[in-house]
Amino acid sequence: MGVKLQTLTDPKKRAMLLSALYIAQEQFGWLSPEALERVAGRLGLSIGQVRSTASFYTMFRLEPKGRYHVQVCEGLSCYLAGGAEPIVDHLVRRLGIRPGETTKDGTFSLEIVQCLAACDLSPGMKINDELYGCLKLETIDALLDDLTQRAVER
Amino acid sequence: MKSDSLSTTSSFEPVLTRNIHRPGSEKIETYLGNGGYRAARRALERTPAEIIQLIKDSGLRGRGGAGFPAGVKWEFMPRDASQKYLAVNTDEGEPGTFKDREIVERDPHQVIEGALIAAYAVGAGRAFVYIRGEFFLGVKRWTKAIADAYEHGFLGKNILKSGFDLEMSVHRGAGAYICGEETAMLESLEGKPGNPRLKPPYPAQAGLFGLPTLVHNIETLACIPHIIERGPDWFAGIGTAQSKGPKIFSVSGHVNRPGNYELPLGVTLREIIYTHAGGVRDGRRLKAVIPGGASTPIMTAMQIDVPMAFETLRAAGSELGTGAVIVMDETTCMVEVARRLTRFFSHESCGRCVPCRIGSVRLYEALERVERGQGEIPDIDRILELAHGIGGITFCPMGTALVNPARSAIKCFRNEFEDHVRKGHCVVSRRAFRGGPDGKDSHRR
Ligand SMILES: Cc1cc2nc3c(=O)[nH]c(=O)nc-3n(C[C@H](O)[C@H](O)[C@H](O)COP(=O)(O)O)c2cc1C
Ligand code: SF4
Ligand code: FES
Repeated sequence: MGVKLQTLTDPKKRAMLLSALYIAQEQFGWLSPEALERVAGRLGLSIGQVRSTASFYTMFRLEPKGRYHVQVCEGLSCYLAGGAEPIVDHLVRRLGIRPGETTKDGTFSLEIVQCLAACDLSPGMKINDELYGCLKLETIDALLDDLTQRAVER
Repeated sequence: MKSDSLSTTSSFEPVLTRNIHRPGSEKIETYLGNGGYRAARRALERTPAEIIQLIKDSGLRGRGGAGFPAGVKWEFMPRDASQKYLAVNTDEGEPGTFKDREIVERDPHQVIEGALIAAYAVGAGRAFVYIRGEFFLGVKRWTKAIADAYEHGFLGKNILKSGFDLEMSVHRGAGAYICGEETAMLESLEGKPGNPRLKPPYPAQAGLFGLPTLVHNIETLACIPHIIERGPDWFAGIGTAQSKGPKIFSVSGHVNRPGNYELPLGVTLREIIYTHAGGVRDGRRLKAVIPGGASTPIMTAMQIDVPMAFETLRAAGSELGTGAVIVMDETTCMVEVARRLTRFFSHESCGRCVPCRIGSVRLYEALERVERGQGEIPDIDRILELAHGIGGITFCPMGTALVNPARSAIKCFRNEFEDHVRKGHCVVSRRAFRGGPDGKDSHRR
């Protein structure tokens, strides 16, 4: 890769690391070992520096996720509003996968996450970048039907 | 921000949230149309020392959780350093808190204007906005607002012909609660894992890339244009002896109208819950309240006449924190509340120091045992001992935050912990007990 020693110690280069990881993740869907190496090469950082940062943050995916990544909040306010586990249970039944898994066709993956700072809209979840609040099991079903349909059409 | 006529806050005029219900409230045109950037113009005509004095006189304290006096922090910034930074904290991850999300999404220019004035006062030429990775709309709104501010000459070179330059950029976090802690945020801005740094040196001495850095929460920054416009006496005239100005309270949980309510500091929990948030849902009885976000100690329904201010909540055994009020009715199991909150903190421990990394897991396991009805009476004191061993000795304040839920829940509701142990199940929530070897929670409904 021909990295100069000088660039290895440039702190401003490392400061671009989170943005670079986001760009790579956007492009490839997840951060494969090759993607991490490519980021390291581009920024003149060691693979160790890149890996330690990538693995610290939960939003960087070190394994492939579904096209629709469903993230259910298990925070206190969502729980008080009747959400969290009942919603996860419903999704587990409906999608046939457990938290941390992806459906065989790669359409959906499921994850339990912490407070989304949307406790006024409890119970809440996110699908990719989109926030969904004031959830009911029926609205979740309608939402999933719609996404499944869209996945088929593509 | 409606308020009913019978409340003591009925004449209170919201300022921080005055724009958020207008259509297109995030746009620069809306902001300018309502007197936006007038305060910046005024501030740039005065000396930095004068601005610092105004902020000190106002009594403004940080809204990010710790409540440190803003003007004092500004004075810590060295005057002679040639390069200084401002870091704008939009990482908001404290469970229960959602005020910053609403501010960035609906009125980002208010924060840019506050940041501009703060940067001018301390002589910072570069501002880094750090925003929580999950805030997709927030990132968009920040980015657009900054671009518009540049276009209108409120950012960039020679701002409003004052000779003052300020560059501003947005940086996304990527899902780590600890990055809201100021030194962890600086590490993250430098592209590293978000492990807190040892203090001192404080960020004002050696912050981002080793340079003096002023760190503020965005609600703190949002207060600044109003202090310049209306004067420090106006600000200091609102609130209590040691807690001044308006504050946005995020209210969630078992209330009829969850939401953000801007009210004067010193308002009581009773008024927030019953007058503004519409009272307890389904006509049930109030049981407990967390007054300032997940890391602040739980209080009982008996304590809701305490004014929401730094000094009064501390005297009552809790903290104002971020002012995020989580309301719990009589059906809430407090063992489960402690378990759930401890799980959050143990999940979010950055792993740097042992008491937090390991201690939080042990604490969680003990709580889970009790919650499932598999605990023994000595477990309850063991939880307190563990909490005692973690709180106050960790590398960063997370250690204290992490033990607060368990410690306060036992202090206020010890009988519920004992019931779980003696009866082997929860008697409060009357939900089916499904605990057992399959590892399921007993509070699944
Ligand atoms: C564990 C932990 C998490 C924190 N999270 C946040 C946060 O999300 N947002 C924030 O503004 N401050 C947060 N803080 C407080 C910051 O460290 C810092 O005090 C604050 O940003 C300073 O701004 P202020 O003086 O305007 O309040 C956190 C502190 C700790 C210990
Ligand atoms: S107290 Fe917890 S979050 Fe803070 S440095 Fe130690 S391990 Fe990290
Ligand atoms: S607890 Fe779910 S969004 Fe805050």
